[in-house]
Amino acid sequence: MSYGFLIDTTLCIGCEACMEACQETNQLPRNDSYELSAERYTVVNNKTIADQDIYYRRMCMHCEDPTCRSVCPVGAFEKTAEGPVIYHENKCMGCRYCIIACPFDVPKFEWNKSLPLVKKCTMCYQRIKEGKIPACAEACPTGATLFGQKEGLIQIAQERIKQEKDKYHPYIYGLNEAGGTSVFIISSVSLADLGFKTKNFQEAFSKLTWQVMKEIPNVVAFSGVFLFGLSWIINRRIKLQEIPVDQDGAQIEEEN
Amino acid sequence: MNAYTLASRFHFRLTFWKGVFIVLLILGMYSTFVRFFYGLGTATNLSDQFPWGLWIGFDVLCGVGLAAGGFTLAAIVYIFNIKKFKPIVRPAILTAFLGYLIVIIAILFDLGRPYRIWHPIIMWNPHSVMFEVGWCVMLYTTVLALEFSPVVLEKLRWNKLLKIIRNFLIPLVILGVIFSTLHQSSLGSLYLIVPEKLYPLWYSPLLPVLFFISAVAVGFAMVIFESFLSARAFNKHLEKSLVSELARVMVFVLSLYALLKLQDFARRDAWSFMFINRTETYFFWAEILLGVVLPMIILAIPKIRQSEKTLFGGVLMVILGFIMNRLNIAITGMESYAQADYFPSWMEISVTLMIVALGFAAFRMAVKYLPIFEKKDHIEIPYRKQIKIRKVENHQLQKEKISN
Repeated sequence: MSYGFLIDTTLCIGCEACMEACQETNQLPRNDSYELSAERYTVVNNKTIADQDIYYRRMCMHCEDPTCRSVCPVGAFEKTAEGPVIYHENKCMGCRYCIIACPFDVPKFEWNKSLPLVKKCTMCYQRIKEGKIPACAEACPTGATLFGQKEGLIQIAQERIKQEKDKYHPYIYGLNEAGGTSVFIISSVSLADLGFKTKNFQEAFSKLTWQVMKEIPNVVAFSGVFLFGLSWIINRRIKLQEIPVDQDGAQIEEEN
Repeated sequence: MNAYTLASRFHFRLTFWKGVFIVLLILGMYSTFVRFFYGLGTATNLSDQFPWGLWIGFDVLCGVGLAAGGFTLAAIVYIFNIKKFKPIVRPAILTAFLGYLIVIIAILFDLGRPYRIWHPIIMWNPHSVMFEVGWCVMLYTTVLALEFSPVVLEKLRWNKLLKIIRNFLIPLVILGVIFSTLHQSSLGSLYLIVPEKLYPLWYSPLLPVLFFISAVAVGFAMVIFESFLSARAFNKHLEKSLVSELARVMVFVLSLYALLKLQDFARRDAWSFMFINRTETYFFWAEILLGVVLPMIILAIPKIRQSEKTLFGGVLMVILGFIMNRLNIAITGMESYAQADYFPSWMEISVTLMIVALGFAAFRMAVKYLPIFEKKDHIEIPYRKQIKIRKVENHQLQKEKISN
């Protein structure tokens, strides 16, 4: 069973209840910023397009093939069977490769702690295991953030787009982005207009490095054999040249 | 030993460079304190928008690259068996060893939780480029320590251990070449994951290959550079013909790099980025002209190459161009996406300077107390003088025989 979110920006009224609920469940301090940080796992931003106020959420997309999981040298990120991408803080050494690599710029760092960790939305993994739904989805008064099984959410999104053609931009963001995610966003405008990445953004990013990484055993085996062979041939030749030979080419046996 | 000689032995004279060293050490220690007690946010200008800065861009990317002379020269001498380069192997391996120690120290500064640096040993993720780089740096530093150990063992006269290590020298060198090939290129692969963040002048699927070739070129440059510095500091230097030959090899490697770079731009059809009026364009051209085009011209023309000063200039350009390339990838090329004007804080700079200064000091000590530059191997003795010396020796031998 894989869960996810469906976010419908046409239903969002910008009340920020999800933000408050998130701060509360994750025991994060009060924060007035509208940007993701180690103290803010989700934000509601807004943009006015054609006299229409559009509110939209930013949070971890819980990718199917997460870039953070692929780049982490100690495997601190895990894509759980339930859908959330979670972080094992006892493994992390703080190299911040995940922060550089994440195509959605989600993981954030505790810059002002002497023993920092990486922080991001966990889809309330703990609550899911307890049989509850994520705090933000529970708090949402309008149903702009829906939590449920992915297949069901995709169906709902498709139906909404089909039934109200004038209202929706006909695209489900997150279905294929970065190889597919667990957070689907539908909106009245193209998500590109809201600042989401759309161009050349369908493939999973982990493939970019795996293409090279998978060749490593070949490189090691090939170069190992090649170098050993090379040094053997060259050294043997030099040794042979150093052995004195008589006129007939026969080896002169050393005295003693 | 009387009191006077004992005192003169420990006599400390403050010279200009010693003064600089002490100042760098004090500033660096202060920044170290701030970094570890108040966190990266206080000590550095890094942020969530710009999580990797000077320590990764210079200390790690440049440090590893500048140490590449260690594996290339070891390969030339022990695998290709070109024995005439043997006198340069030791300084090259020493530089590489110190270089990697510098890199490891820098990583300890940069990691959020440095005491977990050993985690990749037991927590595996073969998909991660960083995982592979970590393993290779660990293994190659071990190889370098073993490759360097004969120097220390000779001094200590631990002949049994020396013999064992000498027997394993060729397998060690081969392992070193493999590890180096892997992680020199993998430092480039680190950036394959950010196609939309790294500016198109630098992002390329060929990054691993470009990183490897440029590291080979700069490895040779560093060997020549050191030999010049050592000549000034210790009056120990390399034979001119060897340096000149290495310079010729560098021209070959640089032209290979240039060719690949052209092919890369052709393949990505990215020519137009070369001529946009942007900061990145200027940094790109500075890097290419300084690090590739000019030194290729200087080092390719025999007349210019033969002059010590211009040769030194050409080599210095390759090194500076290389450093620019790595900093461009780690910093300049990432700025426009991050929309953050990152410039290292004085504390970041002071930590880097302290680590580099410690490296220089360690190199100096090693050259002073260990047989790094072997006298008989590299100091050019004019032919006539050699004969004279031999004559004198013969004369003495005969005298001794007679007296016996």
